[in-house]
Amino acid sequence: MSRVRPGRIVSWTLLFIGGVIMITPIIFMLSTSLKDASQVYDLRVIPAAPTLDNYIEILGDGRFTRWFINSMIVAGIVTISNVFFDSLVGYTLAKFKFRGRYLVFIAILSTLMIPTEMLVLPWYLMASQFGWVDSYWGIMFPGMMTAFGTFLMKQFFEGVPDDFIEAARIDGLNEFTIWWKIAMPLVTPALSALAIFTFLGNWTAFFWPLIVTTSAELYTLPVGLSSFAVEQSIQWEKIMTGASIATLPTLLIFLFLQRYIVRGVMLAGLKG
Amino acid sequence: MATIELDRLVKRYGQTTVVHGIDLSIRDGEFVVLVGPSGCGKSTTLRMIAGLEEISGGEIRIDGRVVNDLQPKDRNIAMVFQNYAIYPHMSVAENIAFGLYRSKLSKAEKRQRVEQVAGTLGLTPYLERRPSALSGGQRQRVAIGRAMVRDPAAFLFDEPLSNLDAQLRTQMRIEIKRLHHRLGTTSVFVTHDQVEAMTMADRIVVMRDGRILQVGTPLELYEKPVDIFTARFIGSPTMNLIPASLRDGGADLSVGGSVRVPHATATTSDILVGARPQDLIPTSNGAQGLTVSGTVAVVETLGSETLVHIESGGQTIIGSAPGREIPRIGEHLTFHAPAERLYFFDKATEKALAAQ
Repeated sequence: MSRVRPGRIVSWTLLFIGGVIMITPIIFMLSTSLKDASQVYDLRVIPAAPTLDNYIEILGDGRFTRWFINSMIVAGIVTISNVFFDSLVGYTLAKFKFRGRYLVFIAILSTLMIPTEMLVLPWYLMASQFGWVDSYWGIMFPGMMTAFGTFLMKQFFEGVPDDFIEAARIDGLNEFTIWWKIAMPLVTPALSALAIFTFLGNWTAFFWPLIVTTSAELYTLPVGLSSFAVEQSIQWEKIMTGASIATLPTLLIFLFLQRYIVRGVMLAGLKG
Repeated sequence: MATIELDRLVKRYGQTTVVHGIDLSIRDGEFVVLVGPSGCGKSTTLRMIAGLEEISGGEIRIDGRVVNDLQPKDRNIAMVFQNYAIYPHMSVAENIAFGLYRSKLSKAEKRQRVEQVAGTLGLTPYLERRPSALSGGQRQRVAIGRAMVRDPAAFLFDEPLSNLDAQLRTQMRIEIKRLHHRLGTTSVFVTHDQVEAMTMADRIVVMRDGRILQVGTPLELYEKPVDIFTARFIGSPTMNLIPASLRDGGADLSVGGSVRVPHATATTSDILVGARPQDLIPTSNGAQGLTVSGTVAVVETLGSETLVHIESGGQTIIGSAPGREIPRIGEHLTFHAPAERLYFFDKATEKALAAQ
């Protein structure tokens, strides 16, 4: 039997503390969702009188289902769009030599340095002039392609050996088919990571959907949940119930694809 | 099957010219090896034939048709790459079938062709496997299979064996050669390995700095190299070159002694006398030819023969002794090469002295 080294104990302790800090809000969220309004400020972790009433009420509320579907639509479409366009542009920048290629790349990259808060105003002006305010397209358009995704995919495509592409060219594939049939399957980990990041980012997005939507039917889940706090005082138990349900898709994605997430983060770190 | 002709072929990258207007005519069914050190333009030339590099000047004809502006896919050639370039996300069968991507054959016919090629290459048991579950040699065979399945006009090989270990390389060399005998398809093979060139080629093209130095059969290149570069590049170990100064009908060697020079027209009196290690053998007989004496410095025992490095006049000269005769280090030895086995080069131009 090997003795446990003191270094180990320290790192375990730190990890344990970190884990507790991370998980406490989630436990409180779940715990609060099982309390009724009168128990909300009773900070016991295990509710004195647990109830599923909040869940029944929230799930029976048509608005919540609508917001959930809205979030699904927005996050789903934006994710598909990002996976398609970011990798198409990334591939072009990585594998084609053309004049101004570097300039284009720098221009795309430089947009990463502009904070979202600064972009919101031009986005809104644009949306209002095009008549996109309070529409799905209005919520989605700023995120349909991202500089980060393009950058990530470019870095990955650079790792795809040119021989694969040239072999396919000789075999008679056209450039689009080479990208779709040869290059894309070779960067699956990056695509999965990009898909997961994009989905999570859009699933939890709050600021822009709040600004661009005015009617409750178009709220995404985070915006909708926040309305529980504005309209009828703060209904913590409802917010927490909604949040608990909203966590489910992200949790499922994490459980299924965590291998890819870790690998994606790792590779992005190495290559970026 | 097809002929391939290169006519004043030029490749420039910006201001740098990497291929300087080469001419080459490859006959139908011929196996031609382009050989030379890194950066000599051999791979670039092959890639221009394939259509993967644009050409900056000249003309390429495949089967009499100018293909300068044709896409790779329209040239009806197949290429085997150094790192195989077989797709990791497809099975062996899918990889081979990919060679038929543009073919109008029915699914069943394609399947039949794939099976036939797999049979030829001994890949039948692996058809459903992924490349990651194959050995290096098997992967290379898949790459060759993908090239073969289409029945192209010509095969282009870009250093296909350099990622394999020595034993496998020898084996694949024989397999490719055998395949060529069977199929008779025009093949252009690029390598930096002179042994591969010698063993596989019908004709070898020696390249250096974007120019063709010599074209000939392996034996022509071995026996009659046109310059020092080819003389040293072909043959292993490399040819000994001994400085000498020309005088009437002969030359005095820097290592002592003299040799007869049969046909000498050199720009200056400085020449180099060449002798292959295999021709320099230990002897006490000082007949006509080259005789070198020196102290044994290094002995390389190969079994079939023994390579002996001797120090003579400040120069190291390699000779060969029979396999079972192993000289001692420090021993004094005399080596002799017959007159008809010697090579003569102009030191200034590095060209072989012309026969008159």
